[in-house]
Amino acid sequence: MNNLLEIKNVTKKYGDFTALNNVSLNIPKGSVYGLLGPNGAGKTSLIRIINQITMPDTGSVFLDGEVLAPHHIEQIGYLPEERGLYKSMKVGEQALYLAQLKGLSKSEAKKRLKYWFEKFDIAAWWDKKIEELSKGMAQKVQFIVTVMHNPKLLIFDEPFSGFDPINAQLIAKEILQLREQGATIIFSTHRMESVEEMCDEIALIDKSNKILDGKLDDIKRQFKTHTFQVGLHTKNQTEVLSNLKENFEVQPANFKLLNDSLTLNVKLTAGNSANDLLSFLTSNGEVQHFVELIPSANDIFIQAIQKNS
Amino acid sequence: MSKLRLIIQREFIAKVRNKSFIMMTFLSPLLMVGMGALVYFLMQKNDEKVKNIVYVDNSGLFSEDDFKNTKTIHYKDFTALGVTETKKKVEDGDYYGALLIPKQDSLEILATSIEFYSKESPGMSVMSSLENKIESKIRNEKLTNFGFDLSKIKASKIKTEIKMFNFSGEQSSKLINGLKIGVGAIAGYLLMMFVMIYGTSVMRSVIEEKTSRIIEIIVSSVKPFQLMLGKILGNASAGLLQFFIWGAILLLVTTVASSFFGVDVVEMQSAKIPTDQLETVKQATEGNKGQLLVLEILKLPILKIFVLFVFYFLGGFMLYSSLFAAIGAAVDNETDTQQFMFPIIAPLILGVYVGFATVINDPHGSIAVLFSHIPFTSPIVMLMRVPFGVSWYELVISMALLLVTFVFMVWFAAKIYRIGILMYGKKPTYKDLWKWLKFKG
Repeated sequence: MNNLLEIKNVTKKYGDFTALNNVSLNIPKGSVYGLLGPNGAGKTSLIRIINQITMPDTGSVFLDGEVLAPHHIEQIGYLPEERGLYKSMKVGEQALYLAQLKGLSKSEAKKRLKYWFEKFDIAAWWDKKIEELSKGMAQKVQFIVTVMHNPKLLIFDEPFSGFDPINAQLIAKEILQLREQGATIIFSTHRMESVEEMCDEIALIDKSNKILDGKLDDIKRQFKTHTFQVGLHTKNQTEVLSNLKENFEVQPANFKLLNDSLTLNVKLTAGNSANDLLSFLTSNGEVQHFVELIPSANDIFIQAIQKNS
Repeated sequence: MSKLRLIIQREFIAKVRNKSFIMMTFLSPLLMVGMGALVYFLMQKNDEKVKNIVYVDNSGLFSEDDFKNTKTIHYKDFTALGVTETKKKVEDGDYYGALLIPKQDSLEILATSIEFYSKESPGMSVMSSLENKIESKIRNEKLTNFGFDLSKIKASKIKTEIKMFNFSGEQSSKLINGLKIGVGAIAGYLLMMFVMIYGTSVMRSVIEEKTSRIIEIIVSSVKPFQLMLGKILGNASAGLLQFFIWGAILLLVTTVASSFFGVDVVEMQSAKIPTDQLETVKQATEGNKGQLLVLEILKLPILKIFVLFVFYFLGGFMLYSSLFAAIGAAVDNETDTQQFMFPIIAPLILGVYVGFATVINDPHGSIAVLFSHIPFTSPIVMLMRVPFGVSWYELVISMALLLVTFVFMVWFAAKIYRIGILMYGKKPTYKDLWKWLKFKG
């Protein structure tokens, strides 16, 4: 069994509104899986189904090969996008309560909380009320509460919101470390640069349908346009440019080089390879820059959504 | 099950640790006693000011014996001064009022031509005391005219008191009837207050979880139904604790009071001294009103009332607080609750009104019996009836109906609750709520 979580043909309706339409996903063990999509696409509905907060109308969900059942709650950690804690409850008591709700014994919960509080250097907050903490501080507590029962599956919905860059990095490091320790992570965010940094696989949901999924590298390959950024130092720029245009598709470039080289985006046309382009360039001048344009997660997101609408 | 226990525990502690709970538990009995004492004191003070009333009797019918000074009213004969002077004196503020009795040919005309002048309008008690005086004087005058012997009429006056019995051998008196009304009314009213106060507390707690957004974290660990039930039971326990504390305080006060009056409460309650024996005790201590009152209170089925209060509180609370929880789940903030609160509070208020209106008149009348079986009013109305003795089968039916209804209500409310807690934004309409009922899990 390579997939920790399998979602098969899940449909969920609220009255006349379809939140999820026949969505299937496979989330491999030990991966960081990006669950992406515009606002209102159905991500939260899907996450709630995985958390058994709601039930799918049709379709099924399997965790580690078993049909999702109430006892699986203890193997899932969930950090919702809209999060909060009891304002007037003390940090330590609250964390203990939430840990016990996740099935830990009181003594075990205490032990683990001590570990995490020391790790995040927040042991002094134990007897403070949440309302006395800043937003970033409360988020740290929230993160600990999510992960402390060592769940197999962790679901983070916009985990970095409310954190300053330093703490965001700390959290990102922790998430990757949890993956090292064997956890599988579902990661839902609108911050594409963090998708780029962290995700192995992604799925894109738009208007209740899954429109894309797979390994991030594969998807990039699929979305790449065989375009190269080229920087060429040559004396007769106009002649080279017209020759180039005969064999390749040339687009204006929006990058700069240090000297006044000719800068272009060149797209390979049918029957051409990257080597053909390179040999043409070397025979016409001094190549200073040659990079294939790889679509970013951001580009893929925008393109895929636009294509779907 | 252990999760439910955790939730109950948290809700209970959150409620009990709250400053307002501690204040309400320990201060409100003090406050109530204090208020009672204050009202009594003020009433005393209010009456204490002596009113000086002067009278001008031109009829020559009245004598100084007819206008005897009381604690609060002092009379003075101003007949010699004449009407105009007397009125002027009152107007100058030297006296409270002037009673002017003119000379008339017949007693009938006299009865309606007496006048009272005062700067401020007199209180009801002053006027009725004056009218009583004049009425009895004129009546006596007429009786004498008819040829009756006044002393014989006085001698014929007799006071009756009917002793009331029921077939369980309890003897009751008018005093105890009043006590029963009092105890029932207090129990019913208290129950309504408890349900309202703790019901809104459940609602607030739901809204708090919603607005603080912790709800999504909690429901990813426990079922919404468990959370709702835990919340209701946690608050119910806090309510019961408060009730027990008050009960203990009351017991302490009665023990102190009764030892003061020389009655052994514990022995009385446990030994169930037969009524005739009670009677001898009563006779032996005739005249001691305080002791009599304590004796009468002890004759009430206090334990039964106590147990039934706990049952009806739990039943009524489960019924109403599940609805309060559903409202809390449906809205985003407390100001939006108004529209949904009214239909819930209305039957509670109705229960108290119906209870006061019907039970006092006839505790076993058809309306009282009906409303003590309708689950939305039964906790209040039945409690008001209990001190008068309600047959066991009526109690069983009423309790069973309440039980069935609250189970249904909790189920019904949970359906709205589980959807509502995850809905934000627009305030839902009743139509929306109806739709939520039909959503699948």
